[in-house]
Amino acid sequence: MIYLEVPKKLRTLVDQARQTADHVFRPISRKYDRAEHDYPIELDMFAAIMDGMNDALEDGGAGSGKLRQGKKNNSQIQNGINMTTVLGLAELCRGDVGLSLTMPRQGLGNAAIAAVANDEQLARFGNKWAAMAITEPGCGSDSAAVRTSAIKDGDDYIINGEKIFVTAGERADAVVVWATVDKDLGKAAIKSFVVEKGTPGMEVTRLEKKLGIKASDTASISFNDCRVPRANLLGSEEVNADKGFSGVMQTFDNTRPVVAAMAVGVATASIERTKELLKEQGIDIDYKRPAKLGSQLTAEVYRMEAELEAARLLTIKAAWMADNGQPNSIEASISKAKAGRVANDITLKCVELLGTVGYCEDELLEKWARDSKILDIFEGTQQIQQLIIARRLLEKSSSELK
Amino acid sequence: MASFSFGMKLQGLALGLASRFAAHPLVRKYGLAKPAEKIAYISTKKGFQLIQKGLAKKSQGNKNGIKALPSPPPLFDLTLTDEQQMIRDSVKSFAEHNIRPLALAADEQAKLPESLLQDSQELGLNYFSIPESLGGAGQLSPMTSVLVAEDLAWADFSLAFAILASTSVTNTISRWGNKTQQALWLPKFCTETNFNAAIAVQEPQPLFNSDLLTTRAKQSRKGYILSGIKSLVPLSGQAELYLVAAQFKGKNELFLVPAKAKGVSFTSTPAMGLRSAEVGTLKLDKVVLDKDALLGSGNAQYKQFNYQQFIDSSHLSWCAMAIGCSQSALDYLIPYVNERFAFGEPISHRQSVAFMIANMKIEIESMRLLVWKAASRFERGEDFHRDAFLAHHLCMEKSMEIGTNAVQLLGGHGFTKEHPAERWYRDLRVLSIINGGLQL
Repeated sequence: MIYLEVPKKLRTLVDQARQTADHVFRPISRKYDRAEHDYPIELDMFAAIMDGMNDALEDGGAGSGKLRQGKKNNSQIQNGINMTTVLGLAELCRGDVGLSLTMPRQGLGNAAIAAVANDEQLARFGNKWAAMAITEPGCGSDSAAVRTSAIKDGDDYIINGEKIFVTAGERADAVVVWATVDKDLGKAAIKSFVVEKGTPGMEVTRLEKKLGIKASDTASISFNDCRVPRANLLGSEEVNADKGFSGVMQTFDNTRPVVAAMAVGVATASIERTKELLKEQGIDIDYKRPAKLGSQLTAEVYRMEAELEAARLLTIKAAWMADNGQPNSIEASISKAKAGRVANDITLKCVELLGTVGYCEDELLEKWARDSKILDIFEGTQQIQQLIIARRLLEKSSSELK
Repeated sequence: MASFSFGMKLQGLALGLASRFAAHPLVRKYGLAKPAEKIAYISTKKGFQLIQKGLAKKSQGNKNGIKALPSPPPLFDLTLTDEQQMIRDSVKSFAEHNIRPLALAADEQAKLPESLLQDSQELGLNYFSIPESLGGAGQLSPMTSVLVAEDLAWADFSLAFAILASTSVTNTISRWGNKTQQALWLPKFCTETNFNAAIAVQEPQPLFNSDLLTTRAKQSRKGYILSGIKSLVPLSGQAELYLVAAQFKGKNELFLVPAKAKGVSFTSTPAMGLRSAEVGTLKLDKVVLDKDALLGSGNAQYKQFNYQQFIDSSHLSWCAMAIGCSQSALDYLIPYVNERFAFGEPISHRQSVAFMIANMKIEIESMRLLVWKAASRFERGEDFHRDAFLAHHLCMEKSMEIGTNAVQLLGGHGFTKEHPAERWYRDLRVLSIINGGLQL
């Protein structure tokens, strides 16, 4: 039965997330935008509250650390962990994307652990804050070209290489590192390892200064003969050309809708504030006259609202499919592509529409326009998502459609 | 309930066999396509009758006081009901075999294919919304209407408009008509012979606003007197009944106007698109109507005619058609760009081409979700104005863009009548223009 509203059972959670955005994130938003590498201590207490809320949720909670594909169940529709996370995070990012990204225990590494860890690993790492280290100085979107190596030595692996753009790489308790166990075997040999903070040989070498999401630390990490127990390898140890890489990539089907939700959140913030400011000027967005019979300004706002609504529904759809055990690779990419570009477009357009009020730091609009850019880049750029979608539709391999 | 699901299975099986038969290479090779289409058609018709029987049984059960289990609180859900899926399959099959092959010639001749309306009337679309007591299935479902409109327009936008013109009138009368009006008009749509009708809202002036109608109705001693001009009215004057939007006592209302009433005249006015729907201008020159002509007059509060909902619902119908047309463009372009070679490889190997395809998919999905959301809210009786407004805005922009890009991806070939893209290009423009005409 078609029902495209926020389900009743999640409305309290969505409302709590909204309160958090308004009363916890917004008041400190500008402070940590200016103090780029300071740790937002206000979040520690909040994280504890989040954990409590999470554990109280009957369906197994929400957040990156819980994301996994649901089981297919034909008789009953699920609105589970993926949807809860997506709806909650959109609200938090309506408050602040950077602060949302630096919430303890909500790292992308947690999503990877949740997706592929075995029970023993879940017990050891489940409550740790885990960052994700994929990108290297020489490879970004082309994640199959990873050069960081993990060489087996008895019951350990020895990791060597350099990782950049690790979100929460300094603050997290552990880092999930992508490394190849055999450079000659291509992408099937890429495995992920959990490396705990303080492991000898692992070192944070620098923190990036960025355009936006300054509240979130973005680290470069080097690995020099970093010894990691074999038991920290996530997924199967054997190199299997058929499924090796796809196992690692599977995390993205769950995390792309999450990043899409972040984009929906920040775009919502911009439109809401823009409408408030326009109202003070006597311009009401009331959906009364057809757009072409009104002003160009109102037509722009209608266009942005329509695009945002589309991004929001696509995002929830991708999460809904994950919750119900339906393969959602293409929908995950569609949601990420649409929400990423829509958020960029909306946050920038709002700055433009409001003139100096939008451009100056008295308002957060200019910050949101800077913050949103990353959402069309990480977890797969706009162009990577389009490639994925096009390859699926056209039934092309990555060597045919490059 | 048991016989209902059996009926569904039976029909699904028949349709499956029919379409597999139709797709078999030998069938085409030996020119057996026509008999195959016949099978598909008959199975569709039978299927609809079964669905209707099943639905009638179901609602009877409810009336007899059999208590339904308490329904769980609604969850976000994109699953179609079994009935919706069944109807979709039937309509899609009809669209593919009975509409699509006619589209090209119908557009070129700007002529509605002779037996199309009769054939499609038997599909059962008109009966669907009509109350059971008047011979219909009593299933007024905006959400199902959206699916039907999409699937018909997938075959051809303009012919779908023609087919849905009468259905839109039955939907409107079923929703808002008073008892007398329903009893007078609806049974005419349930007979074996074809009864055509159309909705007329649009008026021929720049910056037309559906809230500021120039067509006016005046109260007379015995009823009403109606004057005005309506444009983009389908069916070349073959309709026997028009639902005409007009201003009356400062409000926008609908009037039931028999085509043969004195002062009603129809002139053919072909347009850039919608050619096979044979659109024209309807002139109403001091048309004298009796007291039963005002739609929904005397209705209780909850059933009172709601002009805003009527306009919103019409926009959603057009949006659904645009989605169907856009989907057919994508379905057509994927094999084309894979087979078309340039510079030694398929053009689909170029990102500039592949990304246009990806974007079509993204936007079709976007449009569909917005329209489904609005239609499902309408169905549940919730406010859906903002949703419909935004859905229309999005569909206008995105579907027209897809119509443009469909021609572009075919290059020079897209500009010729060898491919349907130039027809989609013309038909889809109406999204930014039309008010009325259709109704969920």
